[in-house]
This record gives sequence, C-alpha cells and structure tokens, in this order.
Amino acid sequence: MPANRNRRRRVPAALLAPAVIGLAFLILPLAGLLARAPWTELPARLAEPAMLDALRLSLLTATLATALSLLFGVPIAWLLARGDFPGRSVLRALVTVPLVLPPVVGGVALLLVFGRSGIIGSWLHERFDVTIPFTTTAVVLAMTFVSMPFLVVAVEGALRGADVRFEEAAATLGAGRWTVFTRVTLPMIAPGVLAGAVLCWARALGEFGATITFAGNFPGRTQTMPLAVYLALQSDLEAAIVLSLILLAVSVVVLASLRERWTAVA
Amino acid sequence: MRTRPALALTAALALAALTACGSGDDTGAETEPTTLTVLAAASLTEAFTEIGERFEAEHDGVDVELSFAASSDLAAQITEGAPADVFASADQKNMDKVVDAGAAVDPQPFALNQLVIAVPAGNPDGVTGLADLAGLDFAACAAEVPCGAAAQTAIDASGTAVTPVTYEADVKSTLQKLTLGEVDAALVYRTDAIAAQDEVDAVEFPESAEAVNTYPVTALADAAAPDLAAEFTAYVLGDDAWTVLEAAGFQRP
Repeated sequence: MPANRNRRRRVPAALLAPAVIGLAFLILPLAGLLARAPWTELPARLAEPAMLDALRLSLLTATLATALSLLFGVPIAWLLARGDFPGRSVLRALVTVPLVLPPVVGGVALLLVFGRSGIIGSWLHERFDVTIPFTTTAVVLAMTFVSMPFLVVAVEGALRGADVRFEEAAATLGAGRWTVFTRVTLPMIAPGVLAGAVLCWARALGEFGATITFAGNFPGRTQTMPLAVYLALQSDLEAAIVLSLILLAVSVVVLASLRERWTAVA
Repeated sequence: MRTRPALALTAALALAALTACGSGDDTGAETEPTTLTVLAAASLTEAFTEIGERFEAEHDGVDVELSFAASSDLAAQITEGAPADVFASADQKNMDKVVDAGAAVDPQPFALNQLVIAVPAGNPDGVTGLADLAGLDFAACAAEVPCGAAAQTAIDASGTAVTPVTYEADVKSTLQKLTLGEVDAALVYRTDAIAAQDEVDAVEFPESAEAVNTYPVTALADAAAPDLAAEFTAYVLGDDAWTVLEAAGFQRP
C-alpha cells in the first residue's frame, strides 16, 4: 500500500522540528560568514605566499597528528574496551581530559612538560640540545594532544559494539592475539576507526589555543591557518573571513573526496 | 543602530544588538543605569582595575564593568555593535577605526607607553640593547597588534637584523613565554614588565622612543549611560587616575 508506506517514511514532527532548529543553528553562522565575505578579494588572498604556507603547514601537521593519534590512540581504545584491570574507568576519564581542558591551558601544560624548562623538555635541552616549543614538532604535539581523545572515544565505542565472539572463534581456530587483532578486530571496527580519524583530523585542523601557546606563532614554521586567521582578525575582519572560508573549503573537499574513495573501495 | 542582516554572525550577537537598539533610542523614562561597561586594552588591566575601583568608591551605586582584550578585538566588538560605554585603546589606529565608524564621542590621549626588553630577574644574559638579542631566543608581538607594530618599528630603527622565535597574539602571552622560561627575552611594554617585576627585569633601549604608543580614551556614541561615560573619561584624564597610571609605568602625554 503506497499511502501506508509514505506515512511510515514521514519523519515524526517531534524529531523534525528540533532537527531543523538545530541545523539552522549550526548553519546560520556559516551563512553569516558567507554574506560578509569580500568575494572580490578572494583571488588575491589565494595567491598570497604567506596564506599558502599556513595552509600547507595546517594540512601537513593535522595529517601527522592524525597518524600519531591512530598509532597510539587505537591501542589505548583497545585497552579501555577489552582490557581487564583496576582503575580502567579512571583511566577512561583521564583520556578525555584534553576535551574538557581549555586548549590554552593545554598549551601551558605541554610547556610545563616539554618546554625548555619543563620536566622532559629541560632534560632534552641539556642532554641533546633539543628544544620543542616554537617548532613544527610542537604544532603536531599540540594537535595530537587535543585531537587524540576524539579518536580514542570513537574507536572504543566501535570496539564495544563489535561482537567478541568472532575474536573468540578466531582464537579457538588457533590465531594468535596479534593475528586476531589485525585480521578480525580491525576489519570489524574499520568504520569506527575512520570516523574517529576524520573527527581527529578536523579537530586538529581547527586547533588554535594549544598551538599558539605551546608552539608560538612564526610564519612557515608554526603559523597554521587558525593562527593566521586569528591574527588577521586583529587588523582586518574581511581578510580573516576569507582565510576561514579557504580553510573550510579545503577541509570539506578533502573529507568529501576521502569519503568517495572509501565508498568506492567498499 | 547597526542591525544589518550580515551582522547576524551568531544568534547571540544579534540578540545583543537588538537589546542595545531597544534601550538606545529613547532613554530617560527608565530607571537610571548604574552599570558602566568599559572596554580597555589588555595592557591596561592592572591600572584600570584600580581606576575602576576608585571611580566606584567616588560614585555611589555605580558598578564599573571592565572588559580587557586586545585593542583590535575591542574595536571590532564596538564597530559590530557590542553594547559598551567607554573605550580605552592601546593605540591610535584602533581608536581611529571606532571614530571612522562614528562610534566614538571625543577621543583624548591619557597615557603613553614604551617598549622595554624584559629579561629574567638578574639579567643572566647581560642584555643591554636590541643588538644583544642576536644570539638569543626572544618573543615579540605580531605586527597585527599594537605592541608588535611598535616592536617592528623599534627593530627597524635600530638597524639590527634580529628576529624573534615567535610573534605572539598579545603582549601578555609574549611576557608569559618569558616567565615560563621558554625564551631569554621578550619585547613588551614597560607597564607589563613592571607588573611582573618579581620575575623579570626591564632593560630600556633608545630605539623604543621611535615607537611610543599613545593611549586614547573616549565615551561611546551608543553608550547606555552617556553622562556617566563622559564622567569616567574625564576621571581617566584627571590627576587622581594619573597617580595610578604613573605607578603602573605609563608616561603622561
């Protein structure tokens, strides 16, 4: 019965109304930026070497931060979801601390550990003459600090949702723990890992507070797009809007094209 | 009132503008406003907190609400319609933006500030001038903010080719890099160095005279309490406030 099917497909008003209000709230500020953007200035801004440096640095550091988060975050998520040890819930709460901490405070905290006179930083400085603040490495560390929790939370959720019986079956058939993880667990939770990586990358790309505090601001070395936007805002609102829109457009293109590729593979 | 649709960057800002609209057009009949909103440059934090307290003590029932940020942020807030009564800028440029937008009443200079080289207490590297910064890691403000424009002018005037390791977004975070021990020196205002004198020493250098910042103050055209705003700006320009400003390290225009 087509009429019946139509009625079923209709979204309940109780969901539709808040969804529309919520979407408007999320999208209107972007519309405000678009309305205010000086479109004629766009080509000139796009050609600015300083802008291209900042964009290149942003894409590079956000990608490196995502790679580091995958390398360390997936094992953390596995520990939290599958590990059986006392204090696991405390550990889970601690992992999400960077989500709650104001990023600027996170940046100061990183300085206190990795700074020139920090706990680990002073040792690095004296022993190897290595200083981390004000370097591109510091940018990647700041981004990893604030964005890895997003990946951990997403991957842990995926691990909890995955059926443990497949892993048990593989183990009964003689697969080692590592083989079970790489051949059974990882493929099962791949969508969760990808979603987490996307969240993590997006958060790293927009990172501002921890970066400017821990890595400082130097063009070409630590000045990412959000820092360039913030400084442009100090003197020229229009320029800041153009820079933000460029960052938004690039991130949307990257995420959309990645999505194309995943669905093509699957 | 500026209520162009493009202004609706956020629902909150639009709401704020509408509220300002409602009270700005026909005042008088309502109860006398007792809150004075003062937007002041970040480098005025200590001095204006004290000046605000003294003003409150002299005016019964008046509550001075201070908001400190980079002058450029404050100028943007004012030109975008944020409700405020008084604006004290750390430079002429940002005051000019507010004047050009028709939001300032009559800006008057009330203080001068100059850059110094802040170094750790005891001056371990023996810094005596800009040229000594050559082998050191030092922090300065970005050229987009007043203290950074001043730093660049001073460095250019000195003829030395020194480059900071970081261009910070404001003078407080520039000084913070020094107090956290991440840099050997920082180009900051004398007032900021004095505010942190337990931890840092201030090294005066001749080229800073090339980049003296003038601090203007004005009542705002859209002030909810115009008379009180005028009274406050007069107070800032007066002798009582000057004792506070002088102790903070400012010079008189």
